[in-house]
Amino acid sequence: MALLEILKLPDPRLKEVAEEVSCFDDEFKNFIADLEETRQAGPAAVGIAAPQVGRLQRIVILDCSSTRKPVPNHGHLILVNPEIVEWDGFELGREGCLSVPDYTGNVIRAERIKVRFQDPQGEEHECEMVDFEARALQHEVDHLDGILFIDRLVSRRTDLFQRKVYQKSGKKRK
Amino acid sequence: MNWLMLTLVGEDQPGIVARVTDALYRGGCTLGETSMIRLGGNFTIMMMVDGAQSEQALESLIAPVAEQLELKFHLDPMRGGLHQHRVPNYQVRVNGADRAGIVAKVTAALAESGFNILELASDVVGDSATPVYIMTIQGYAETEIERLESALKPLAAEEIDVHVSAVETLIG
Repeated sequence: MALLEILKLPDPRLKEVAEEVSCFDDEFKNFIADLEETRQAGPAAVGIAAPQVGRLQRIVILDCSSTRKPVPNHGHLILVNPEIVEWDGFELGREGCLSVPDYTGNVIRAERIKVRFQDPQGEEHECEMVDFEARALQHEVDHLDGILFIDRLVSRRTDLFQRKVYQKSGKKRK
Repeated sequence: MNWLMLTLVGEDQPGIVARVTDALYRGGCTLGETSMIRLGGNFTIMMMVDGAQSEQALESLIAPVAEQLELKFHLDPMRGGLHQHRVPNYQVRVNGADRAGIVAKVTAALAESGFNILELASDVVGDSATPVYIMTIQGYAETEIERLESALKPLAAEEIDVHVSAVETLIG
């Protein structure tokens, strides 16, 4: 096990698109152990993606089970080749990132998603996520596509106006 | 680092930011955190400026451009510096028919609960016959959400719609 160096903005590797994992060997499993150790060593991160440590592969670790206030979650997850296949609703929320120290900002994300992924053994899974956990996964999958949350920031004024429209259309849907 | 707080206000027109910051850049200054926004047809700028030889030097740098753009400006030495962000743990949304005292009443209730406002933006929307006041506040408080809610509860009787939610900042 080893702590890995977290890449920070403006490292260009954070902007690259990661490749699919096809080889589930011991080296890969050792990397996942290192990635988890790295996630836990930093400031309370609920997720980490392999590109954040310079490995351009589609691997995400997610754990929303220990937030300040409990949120719906699936516990500790290792998601290999995750793919978001359904989105619904949207909500504004505040995000920060291990790769962007000393900054937080508001980002719009889908409220509910369905994700397909493989576990570290290569088995396929599918699950539905909502709210905070869904936000966290969208943040991490963005890392796999070379996108950071600062690429999705919205202004406070955008919030003021879109919020009202959103509430109205939400009522109509019901 | 010797930050100065520079405030500029004047009638909005294209190019204000470009010309003000160009003057600062050419004068060897750098910018820190800034807030720039259009309010009621005026453009307002507050920014942390570093690198000026003195207050007077910065003043003479800004004065010509402020005069050309018809901006009023003001300069203050400031304490503090960069990297002192506080992450909000609460968000408050307020809306109601516009009338005097909404901000004072909401923020008084929050202040009594030890709530520290980090950001506040408010606007009057709707039309002039039925103006609506909308405000969003992000801030930090040690107290439980229930206490904030009960502090704000009396406002509901005055038909001010106030909603507090916890902000769980996601780090990923």
